[in-house]
Amino acid sequence: MGIEARNITKTFGTFTALRNVSLSVATGELVALLGPSGSGKTTLLRIIAGLEEPDDGSGAILFHDEDVARTQVGNRKVGFVFQHYALFRHMTVFENVAFGLRVRPKSQRPGRNLIKYKVMRLLKLVQLESMANRYPHQLSGGQRQRVALARALAIEPKVLLLDEPFGALDARVRQELRQWLRRLHDEIHLTSLFVTHDQDEALELADRVAVMNNGQIEQIGTPDDVFHKPATEFVVKFLGQVNFFHARLEGGKVHFSTLAWESPEHAGTPSQPAHVFIRPHELDVNIIRNGHPALQATVKRIHSAGPNVRLDLTAESGERLCAEMTQERYRSLNITSGSTVFVTPRDVKVFADKP
Amino acid sequence: MQLTLKERSVLPGFGLTMGFTLLYLSLLVMIPLAGLFLKSATINWSQFWAATTDPRVVASYKLTFGASLIGATINAVFGLIVAWVLVRYSFPGKNLVDAMVDLPFAMPTAVSGIALTAIYAPNGWIGQWFAHDGWIGQWFGPNGIKIAYTPLGIIVALTFIGLPFVVRTLQPAMEDMDSEIEEAAASLGATRRQTFLKVILPTILPALLTGFALAFARALGEYGSVVFIAGNMPMKTEITPLLIVTKLEQYSYAEAAAIAVVTLMASFAVLLFINLLQWWSRRYAS
Repeated sequence: MGIEARNITKTFGTFTALRNVSLSVATGELVALLGPSGSGKTTLLRIIAGLEEPDDGSGAILFHDEDVARTQVGNRKVGFVFQHYALFRHMTVFENVAFGLRVRPKSQRPGRNLIKYKVMRLLKLVQLESMANRYPHQLSGGQRQRVALARALAIEPKVLLLDEPFGALDARVRQELRQWLRRLHDEIHLTSLFVTHDQDEALELADRVAVMNNGQIEQIGTPDDVFHKPATEFVVKFLGQVNFFHARLEGGKVHFSTLAWESPEHAGTPSQPAHVFIRPHELDVNIIRNGHPALQATVKRIHSAGPNVRLDLTAESGERLCAEMTQERYRSLNITSGSTVFVTPRDVKVFADKP
Repeated sequence: MQLTLKERSVLPGFGLTMGFTLLYLSLLVMIPLAGLFLKSATINWSQFWAATTDPRVVASYKLTFGASLIGATINAVFGLIVAWVLVRYSFPGKNLVDAMVDLPFAMPTAVSGIALTAIYAPNGWIGQWFAHDGWIGQWFGPNGIKIAYTPLGIIVALTFIGLPFVVRTLQPAMEDMDSEIEEAAASLGATRRQTFLKVILPTILPALLTGFALAFARALGEYGSVVFIAGNMPMKTEITPLLIVTKLEQYSYAEAAAIAVVTLMASFAVLLFINLLQWWSRRYAS
């Protein structure tokens, strides 16, 4: 395992930031910690880095099977990238990247030429060779974050930890830098863990995603798994827009709105309330009843600018719904605001209501 | 480099504020200083030279500049620690400590002078520790260490009045400093010492230099708090401002002005040098 954290608990005064959280990241893997603010994701990252101490009674923290829980942050060999870059503003880009090498004890410090060679190689890696003599304030946000990354990589870290690395950047730069970071990871294969609150970022970038809520990991799995097989209601709700219904489980069927949906996995459960979630793209929209059970709804608004068309609907029974379809499908339906449509779910997620 | 007088702006106010600034500076600074130079020009060059290079006057320059420099340096070091504690930590009575920093500003200088003299005299609260039978003074020969009525006492007084300048200029700079940069340095393997010397100090250096320059400038002109503790022995503990007052009392106005001019030029040169240092220390800023 590249990173392993066992049974980590952390409280700040009366607030419990982490409740007995365990996490492992395979060597060379890129894992995202995804969650809303206050979910404990940054605290977990900072504890793994050694910037924060877990509560007494927490378990070990291992990097490549070596226990580092008692090791000071400076000796853990972590590359840490901060949300707001935390560059040294009185140093040039070159000096920033060289910092980690220059502060080593004399016996381990590389010579001048070797430092220069290593720094220039890193600057080439982050495509900033021409900026070596600039100061941080002369760079754009994306460039600064790349300097911060090069600086973190300079100490040849065992693991790379990134705290909301794209959080302070604008949307387009964010997208670019995201793809660039993925390519970089495929090149250097450093065990990496990054924190984000942006589900698109986590799903696009990571090998596996750990969804955090309220100091706990709700689910950890591949982006496909967490998106298509969410383990908890929170995971469904957090990973993008979703239609929600109050429902009732009865005899292997779930009843919501005017529909009854077969739910074989709940065949044995006794009659009880439940929650039903349907993603907008899992709703089929038709202008006539096609024999399948469907909800009758009125089109309120059409958002057609984008790769897909999104419809805001109000069901006959009063619920607000959102449906998504391709542009082709939208054109073939020939609907306008105010049209009456019939929506049929293709897939629903059912969670029995916890008493 | 800005070539035009001002940036064009839709917001008015440049003419009014600039006019006020010039008037204000003229009335308060330029006219009195010009008067000083004019007064010193009423004597001829050889009289000027004689007045300003008299051994007693030269000794006072050395004492004033030396003691001011030492006082400002002490303040730079210890004011830094005080500011650090006030910015970084919270502790009971913090507001009280914070308010205490301003006291040297608020007290009439004569009062502080007399208080310091009483405390640091050989029979004073602190002075007795340094006397020949005191617990510190006994290690320093038969006379112990005399503080009041020696250059040491002058340094104490000049340190006292300069402290607020360093603390008050450093505080905002330290509050602005992101603690992430310290964490970044630590994660890169820097020791606490390296973090301080290579990251924290360069970041607050411009503010530290400003505080140092202010404390130094204030000390150069300080009169009230020093004359009591100095003892005012010619050639030994006589500061330049006192000498100027002495000349005035003897109705030697031109000579007094001449000494003032020399002090002023020297102070200006030193402050200019510190400003250049400061400019260099923020060369990275936009």
